[in-house]
Amino acid sequence: MKNKCDKCNRPATHHSVEISKEGEKVAINLCDACAAEEGLTMKSAHAPINELLTNFVKLHSGGASGEGESGKSGEGGSPKDTACENCGTTFADFRENSLLGCPMCYKTFEQPLSPLLERAHEGGTHHIGKVPRRAGVGEQRQMAMQRLRRQLDDAVMAEDYELAARLRDDIQQMEGER
Amino acid sequence: MTLRNITEHAGEWLRGAGPQSDVVISSRIRLARNLAGFPFVGHANRRQRYEILEACRSHITNKRLGDNIIWVQLADAMPTDRQLLVERHLISRQHGSSKNEIPRGVAVGGDETFAIMVNEEDHLRIQVLRSGMQLTEAFEQINRIDDILEERLEYAYSRRFGYLAACPTNVGTGIRVSVMMHLPALKLTGEIDKVKRAARDMHLAVRGLFGEGSEAQGDLYQVSNQTTLGKTEQEILADFEHTVVPQIIAYEQQARQALLRQREDQLDDKIWRAWALLTHARVIGTEEVLQLLSHVRLGVNLGRLDTVDIRTINELFLLTQPAHLQRITGSEMDPATRRVARARLIRQRLGVR
Repeated sequence: MKNKCDKCNRPATHHSVEISKEGEKVAINLCDACAAEEGLTMKSAHAPINELLTNFVKLHSGGASGEGESGKSGEGGSPKDTACENCGTTFADFRENSLLGCPMCYKTFEQPLSPLLERAHEGGTHHIGKVPRRAGVGEQRQMAMQRLRRQLDDAVMAEDYELAARLRDDIQQMEGER
Repeated sequence: MTLRNITEHAGEWLRGAGPQSDVVISSRIRLARNLAGFPFVGHANRRQRYEILEACRSHITNKRLGDNIIWVQLADAMPTDRQLLVERHLISRQHGSSKNEIPRGVAVGGDETFAIMVNEEDHLRIQVLRSGMQLTEAFEQINRIDDILEERLEYAYSRRFGYLAACPTNVGTGIRVSVMMHLPALKLTGEIDKVKRAARDMHLAVRGLFGEGSEAQGDLYQVSNQTTLGKTEQEILADFEHTVVPQIIAYEQQARQALLRQREDQLDDKIWRAWALLTHARVIGTEEVLQLLSHVRLGVNLGRLDTVDIRTINELFLLTQPAHLQRITGSEMDPATRRVARARLIRQRLGVR
């Protein structure tokens, strides 16, 4: 295994052996940049998810220093510098390490977080999965309603009107139970 | 049961059994959960971390989750013990290497089919591990554990965002599904990067043996979901069971057959050279072992080599790692001594002198 990249002099980090059509073994030693150029790796293939998130946050909120914000928000006065009342975390802190301080941060930063969440979760904006029992009956009902409405949308999109009608009835029945 | 008991054999997830076990090594599901009324771990002070740890520990070691649960207080554990837990995939590298003063722990139970980390990035990281492709079974088990814990612990939850997690990439269901796959033929034919690109397009992460930031040693790749909000747990699982994993298995099988058809001699040579080195080497490093084991595993699965079974190979993937090796030999060793001990252990396990 060579220590230097086959294409440049940087240290090789990508090593592989391929078997050519003629059956010969071909050793490949490339640095990160050349491997990515060759389409052999993606620069972000092994990047920790937090790193991806940090880069994304920086990109969409004017860089690590907070500069680049448009409008009058200026240094120190940006709404994104608001601290969470519960734990004191600021959006700048979040930008720094991609971690929120407490459950209430989700409320405090709901606005700036929304586009980020949508991007990170394939457009997902609302939870539609499991509901803890302690969240109460009302919460469970609301989630079930949301799920039914979503299924109804899907059924209408798929022109499955029989299913759509059934789902509509279920929704009406649930609304009636309130 | 103690940590000592789990050293010498591989856990359930490495049995080499389970559906599609020629390609799928293991199925893993984890749930991120946080307690209502506390800051997340990164913002909690020492006292709060202790409170969280104690509240979780008392419910986790509750008999309802099973007998023989091992609780390890990681801040007090020996470095080799922590490394052992990392090598067995029972705790994350981050959890194993955090500063000693951070109160944190892990509960291991059910023959190592589950582990619950306390005070990692989130208050609770519940994970279930199974051999082969067993996501449905893994989900049933983890959902049951989650229900039992939830009876006593109130989780941080919001109507809009679901289960709240320290990192917004985990919010919603908090579920991370990871399937560890052995893909030697895709690596040998150079097609693995196409798979990685396709996976990325599907919002999946492809990582190495030890998760985030690790390289794919031994041709072992973990494929995991990145989306946790806006989809149900069942939808996320169904993607894996019906689309992602079957497709990757099919690509790997096609690549294996292509290698057999077009480069049979070269393939056999690779397999048998790997076998020769494993059975005769006197000094051997971890990285080399993983690569050789990968080729031998491929040989066994293709019926080209029948002198060893998959379970033994799977176990060697684990037992040749530094902490396991030191535990088995019963002594702390420097890397050079380990390389000699590793070669000896392999020969013993493979039944050669």
